[in-house]
Amino acid sequence: MKFNLKIWRQKNASTPGKIVDYSIDNINEHMSFLEMMDVLNEQLIHKGEPPVAYDHDCREGICGMCSMHINGRPHGPLAATTTCQLYMRNFKDGETIYIEPFRANSFPVIRDLVVDRSAFDRIMQAGGFVSVNTGSVQDANNIPVNKQHADLAMDAAACIGCGACVAACKNSSASLFVSAKISQLALLPQGQVEAKERVLAMVNQMDEEGFGSCTNTGACEAECPKEISISNIARMNREYYIASLT
Amino acid sequence: MAILDSKIPDGSLETKWSNYKSHIKLVNPSNKRKLEIIVIGTGLAGSSAAASLAELGYKVKAYCYQDSPRRAHSIAAQGGINSAKNYKNDGDSVYRLFYDTVKGGDFRSREANVYRLAEVSTAIIDQCVAQGVPFAREYGGLLDNRSFGGAQVSRTFYARGQTGQQLLLGAYSALSRQIGLGNVQMFNRHEMVELVVIDGKARGIIARNLTNGKLERHFGHAVVLATGGYGNVFFLSTNAMGCNVTAAWKAHKKGAFFANPCYTQIHPTCIPVSGDYQSKLTLMSESLRNDGRVWVPKKQGDKRKPIDIPEDERDYYLERKYPSFGNLAPRDISSRAAKEACDDGRGVGESGLAVYLDFADAIKRLGKDVIEARYGNLFDMYKHITNEDPYQVPMRIYPAVHYTMGGIWVDYNLMTTVPGLYATGECNFSDHGANRLGASALMQGLADGYFVLPYTIGDYLSGEIFTKAIPTDHPAFLEAEKQAKERIDKLLSIKGKKSVDDFHKALGKIMWEYCGMARNAEGLAKAKQMVRQLRDEFWKDVKVTGEADELNVDLEKAGRVADFMELGELMIDDALDRNESCGAHFRVEYQEEGEAKRNDEKYAYVAAWEHKGVGENSVLHKEQLVFENVHFATRSYK
Repeated sequence: MKFNLKIWRQKNASTPGKIVDYSIDNINEHMSFLEMMDVLNEQLIHKGEPPVAYDHDCREGICGMCSMHINGRPHGPLAATTTCQLYMRNFKDGETIYIEPFRANSFPVIRDLVVDRSAFDRIMQAGGFVSVNTGSVQDANNIPVNKQHADLAMDAAACIGCGACVAACKNSSASLFVSAKISQLALLPQGQVEAKERVLAMVNQMDEEGFGSCTNTGACEAECPKEISISNIARMNREYYIASLT
Repeated sequence: MAILDSKIPDGSLETKWSNYKSHIKLVNPSNKRKLEIIVIGTGLAGSSAAASLAELGYKVKAYCYQDSPRRAHSIAAQGGINSAKNYKNDGDSVYRLFYDTVKGGDFRSREANVYRLAEVSTAIIDQCVAQGVPFAREYGGLLDNRSFGGAQVSRTFYARGQTGQQLLLGAYSALSRQIGLGNVQMFNRHEMVELVVIDGKARGIIARNLTNGKLERHFGHAVVLATGGYGNVFFLSTNAMGCNVTAAWKAHKKGAFFANPCYTQIHPTCIPVSGDYQSKLTLMSESLRNDGRVWVPKKQGDKRKPIDIPEDERDYYLERKYPSFGNLAPRDISSRAAKEACDDGRGVGESGLAVYLDFADAIKRLGKDVIEARYGNLFDMYKHITNEDPYQVPMRIYPAVHYTMGGIWVDYNLMTTVPGLYATGECNFSDHGANRLGASALMQGLADGYFVLPYTIGDYLSGEIFTKAIPTDHPAFLEAEKQAKERIDKLLSIKGKKSVDDFHKALGKIMWEYCGMARNAEGLAKAKQMVRQLRDEFWKDVKVTGEADELNVDLEKAGRVADFMELGELMIDDALDRNESCGAHFRVEYQEEGEAKRNDEKYAYVAAWEHKGVGENSVLHKEQLVFENVHFATRSYK
């Protein structure tokens, strides 16, 4: 297979970037998208040019490190798929593919396709936890959890923190990401003690990081590689109102 | 030859740890505030340690090469975590978990360490549940379990097929809380490139800030390596792309002995290699073997579709050879059996390097819904990669490099041979012997980080309360920084013809061919020369693009591959020294009816290697393993 690639190149945060054209040939349809990028980078290195920097690590769709806007969509054209799980058979031979970094003010570009998502970490540090110290806990089976709630909590906990929700949202809202953690802990008895402080602190931090507001377009849910439901945002809002009013 | 002191406490196996904990030296809270601890890596072992140490009051600095501590490769563990809770009432106990682990490790691990691991395994589950880890539950609201390879009880706790993710996010949440409280300073996108040793003690690190390429000097009263395994020496493995040996290797070169490097686990159920462009291999959780049946055609070169091969022409070889464990035979044994079937010309798929893992019977017995609930995400992942639907056709699987049992040598306190330097999790060598059982890596990482290191490190730090923070303009820091800089400059100055990946692939081929699933003396001797030659060539002909003072992915990779080149030789040395087969280390010269043949008389030792310089032969130190509670037995799963 053969492709025309239009890739965002940017030397560092303070230098403006631009789209650069590359063409690539002899791509096997069973290659993953990132393996295609590897092939391109090997060609660049052999020519003495710096390879395209992009974040990636586990390459099995779970670490959340890979990002990329591919043809205008975070993680590319397929639903429920991270960039690292995308295969070239999902593209047409001869196709032109646009590859850009996730775009959001709160995710500044570091280089090429690499962005800074540390805002997510700071939101978690504000309240995305249960305050229990190591060793000070009771036997695990002393906390029975309704199976339905446990399953819903697990659905929310499956978030990989990649930031596709932010990149997909016209407002660059982080509501889906934040609500996934709030929901997980709100659904479990372990999270009840600090539920109010948690939601207030995390939402406050989200606002401070400059993420936009949620206007319920649902783009985040549609693009989320782990299919996190926007019903979590409804739960977050409910938790937030309860915490604000009581 | 130096004698390694493992510092195993006296007393009976059952009371060693509790007695030891009660008598170990403590650091009072006001002194803890003055003591700084560096933790490298934020996987299960690193995050749990950093969080727990900060909770105790120490000043912690944590480092990871990823953009967030939540991304460490522990996150990819699928199947589960073992714990001797005996919630299933099926006869499990701390002793059984201990025994299964020692036996699973083919009698090459330390009894006292393994017993302690089994003992604290129950507290891990309590801790994780309290953090809000959404483990699978039964309808009554209590925790569910499943079984894993090498065990006859159900002691594996799980969160769908994402147990590693959920446990890591639990540890990450504890770490995040401590970062938010100001007790941990977190350094994302930082890689340790040198260890700083002052007066024989570990006192800090040189880290490269991967965002801007700057070298930074960081002081610590103690340094903890929680940097994972070195499986990427093989180029293709189930490790994440960034997993590396660099931090551990720098520590090794500064005096930390490296133990049993040849013990590498080849996991039996991975998606087979599809082409030479392949960048990594993907694991299919061992839990699939609870319901999947492994088979190959009885006839050689049988190219029929699996569905067209009648029942009586299939060889369910694990069930045939190991009737009491069947498809849940341990990893090393299952991997070798797959290799044998393929070497015998009965492999399936285009390359002939695959066997079937078939769910047809389980779907017939339990229904598709049940199978989907148990393994849905794994089936989806398989389909994504191979474009085949495992609900319709059997999966094709083949063994791949997955985990390294070997690692930095540590004593009972998890301290290395460099005072003040600790190693935890996969980075150390201590608990899994020559083969790790499924669902035990998560257990060990969290055991070390939550429940062992926070106690044992106090024993050392109690002697450091009068040591003031050493300024980082101390000559040892400057010297270490100079070493790191010279190496980076050297890599960038070669400007040769071959890329870093060209060398990495070549190294991987040598290691897989001669130091992989089956090894022999002749091949190993040859491989040693090949690795040396390749390394020489690397330093003459590698091409690394870009600059030192910028985000430079090519340079990062080059540094890591340079270290793998040195490690590869040590793995070969170790495999050559061990004239026996045990666990994952299979020397074809030493076998009995196709099974590994140990030599307990001569080789019941830990091989701890001392670095003597690149290109020099390392020096072997032996720690004799003493088994007082279990007896050597031929490891049979028949």
